[in-house]
Amino acid sequence: MARERGFDILVVGAGPAGIAAACVAAESGARVGLVDDNPAPGGQIWRGGPERPADAAAAWFARLDAARLERLAGVQIVARPGPRVLLAEAAGEALVLRHEKLILSPGARERFIPFPGWTLPGVLGAGGIQALLKSGFPVAGKRVVVAGSGPLLLAVAAALREHGAEVPVIAEQAPWGRLIRFGLGLLARPGKLAQGAGYRIKTRGARYVAGCWPVAAEGARRVERAILRTARGTWAEPCDLLACGFGFVASLELPRLLGCAERDGSVCVDEAQQTSVPGVWCAGEATGIGGVDPALLEGQVAGLAAAGRRADAARLFAARDRARRFGRALDRAFALRPELKSLATDETIVCRCEDVTRGRLAAYGSWREAKLHTRCGMGPCQGRVCGGATEFLFGWAPASGRPPVFPVPVGVLGAGGNESPIDRAPGA
Amino acid sequence: MSAADEAVTVLVNGQPVRVPPGTSAAAAVAMAGVSAFRSSVTGAPRGPLCGMGICFECRATVDGVPGVRTCRTRCREGMEIRTDGA
Amino acid sequence: MADRIPDAIVIGAGLVGAACADALAAAGLSVLVLEAGVAGGGATAAGMGHVVVLDDSEPQLALTAYSRDLWDALLPDLPADCEARRCGTLWVAADAEEMEGVRRKEAICRAHGVAAEILDPAALAAAEPALRPGLAGGLRVPGDCVVYPPAVTRFLLDRARGRGARVWTGAAVASIEDGGVRLADGSAVAAGRVVNAAGLSAGRLTPGLPIKARKGHLVITDRCPGFARHQLIELGYLKSAHGGAADSVAFNLQPRTTGQMLLGSSRQYGDETEAVDHAILARMVRRGCEYMPGLARLQALRVWTGFRAATPDALPFLGPLPGIDRVWLAAGHEGLGITTSLGTGALLADLMTGRTPRIPAAPYRPDGRMEMRR
Repeated sequence: MARERGFDILVVGAGPAGIAAACVAAESGARVGLVDDNPAPGGQIWRGGPERPADAAAAWFARLDAARLERLAGVQIVARPGPRVLLAEAAGEALVLRHEKLILSPGARERFIPFPGWTLPGVLGAGGIQALLKSGFPVAGKRVVVAGSGPLLLAVAAALREHGAEVPVIAEQAPWGRLIRFGLGLLARPGKLAQGAGYRIKTRGARYVAGCWPVAAEGARRVERAILRTARGTWAEPCDLLACGFGFVASLELPRLLGCAERDGSVCVDEAQQTSVPGVWCAGEATGIGGVDPALLEGQVAGLAAAGRRADAARLFAARDRARRFGRALDRAFALRPELKSLATDETIVCRCEDVTRGRLAAYGSWREAKLHTRCGMGPCQGRVCGGATEFLFGWAPASGRPPVFPVPVGVLGAGGNESPIDRAPGA
Repeated sequence: MSAADEAVTVLVNGQPVRVPPGTSAAAAVAMAGVSAFRSSVTGAPRGPLCGMGICFECRATVDGVPGVRTCRTRCREGMEIRTDGA
Repeated sequence: MADRIPDAIVIGAGLVGAACADALAAAGLSVLVLEAGVAGGGATAAGMGHVVVLDDSEPQLALTAYSRDLWDALLPDLPADCEARRCGTLWVAADAEEMEGVRRKEAICRAHGVAAEILDPAALAAAEPALRPGLAGGLRVPGDCVVYPPAVTRFLLDRARGRGARVWTGAAVASIEDGGVRLADGSAVAAGRVVNAAGLSAGRLTPGLPIKARKGHLVITDRCPGFARHQLIELGYLKSAHGGAADSVAFNLQPRTTGQMLLGSSRQYGDETEAVDHAILARMVRRGCEYMPGLARLQALRVWTGFRAATPDALPFLGPLPGIDRVWLAAGHEGLGITTSLGTGALLADLMTGRTPRIPAAPYRPDGRMEMRR
């Protein structure tokens, strides 16, 4: 029989939104469980814990340590056997999680845009290299080109330099005009300005080029050159690593599995962060890409609302809405330019798990049809890498939610049903 | 200092690599100078991409178990990591 | 050709409809295939792609054996993406009673010229090392094979097109009328005859057709080449496939050419939603792990559901509607649609052109069967 745990409120995803939700829910007296598939909390942006003792992150980690809740680390939710029950996997074994209420904070992942050579070893996500750096990935003495879009590029370049890498260029695809307008917008938010200025200082020495994007990665068995383009021309930048970040895509597999309504790649929630499914709340990047600040506020609103403290939740609505507005402004400033849709040629691989090229996919009219005939999306990434790419390239809508949410040992799927002797095979 | 806080030695394709505590198997492979972790279904070299366990490009055989995502695997003393074709 | 009324409209571009179009076109008829969605997108996409001789009844054995001969002729022509492999089926007996069933099966196969070999426990273990010890033996049917049905569907439609057939996708048929069909957009399309190969929708187009949706689940794993060599089925599968209204599971495992394993099977009436039913999925998985303990540690990548078009006597409807020569049925294949698609096409083409079919067609004709109820 599988292990079982029961909670009043189960929070799935221990990034900033989940940490905030779990803390306030536990402080309200509810029996809370906080699930995450990583060994430590923090999600992506706070991976490895707070960087400095005075960070906002440090305060939340301290609050989490002090909170009376159960942490379920290294646990992946894979299926929903029935109402108020989730089936999870921990170290290859099944774990049944019962809950009265559920708060989903599954976060986001990078959007990967295919271009010639993007599958070469040494071409990584910008967030990807940032995560790998935190677990010791060696970059000292290496030349790393950072390309893509958004403030993340500055943070990644700064982290790379701190770890001894040389960053010759940061290629931001948004045009200067938009960045300047966004920069003026930052004056309204001094905290954000200081953060940006801090990155600029740390990336001194790296050329920050706007209106610039990668068109190819070249090399024999790994990347050796990044080919970068602006309106004025194209050039080859020698490098050991190429880190590309083109924004974020919400991780909606679990909300979809539960039947939560979504629109434009985000889960629909009301002002109290409740989804279309009774008893299920959602907070953080999954309700709209916006970064840490709205995530923390949304997490608190969801935690308070789930714990029945509606009035306390309402007191945070205004701050949360302000933080969300900034997040949306960010999105607009760093919207992806149409040239990026034409980088991949017919020979460029789009589905990396099954090596399906753009040329083969272009013949089909929908994600489902393409999957049927090319195996695109049928590999272990379960469409997490190619789904974002095909949505960007072809506008294909993603598939509906089915288990398992993550690849899982077959035996785990045998748990969570009603164990019954009638199915024992003869002689077994 | 607990065992989790000490440097460990792992084997990457038979080559010993000494790594600081908390190092991922993926980082250890890179420290050994290996850039191709695995081969794609059509035989092309591949390495880590997403760093967060969703792309499955960083898979290697760890202590005899194939298909392990090295970016999510913490190095332990004596861990044996073998990349595709090695 | 463009404006001539086609000799036959085939409703449904699943593997059955594609096989009908291919056979009719090869017989010299002009064919128009009308598909509401995408070709091969229904049960064709959801099922296992197992070509198997099944002996639940004499007519079923005749149709599957005949169809398998046709697959033998087709296999060399199929391109690589059809993933065709003659891996054979291995029926697994768990106890002495099932071993009796194996011996009966072998005798039936022998009587019908279908090669089959009884395996004792040692031979079974040698043939499939991942099976658990303590099984009673098995029956190997080496002529059975596996294919990827959506690709075969595309191949057959292309071949039909090469003989002048036309295929319209996104063309939903609202009703079959005198002299043709009416599409969902209101337009009428005329044809000499209409073949209803619409699978689960066949009953909507031919009211009264006793077809019910029978839901199934499948799990596919990550690559694990060599874990299984044959398509493995427990003897109890026959009972499950034949069986009554109760939900049932039966162990059924297929090694795909990619090295991935496809695990089934489940059968349920009454639930017509596509959602995964975790209770029966768990039963199916546990059943599989009882036969092959190592299965539990393979990585499951995807789970999906599909619907078989089931009839009360477990035989498809092939032939003209009683007294109406212009409307033909090619539907109700339950879990044998892939196997018997080719036999269906061949029988239909023979009957329509007045040729003598290779096997007696009477058991599958709609006459006297339309009023069946379970």
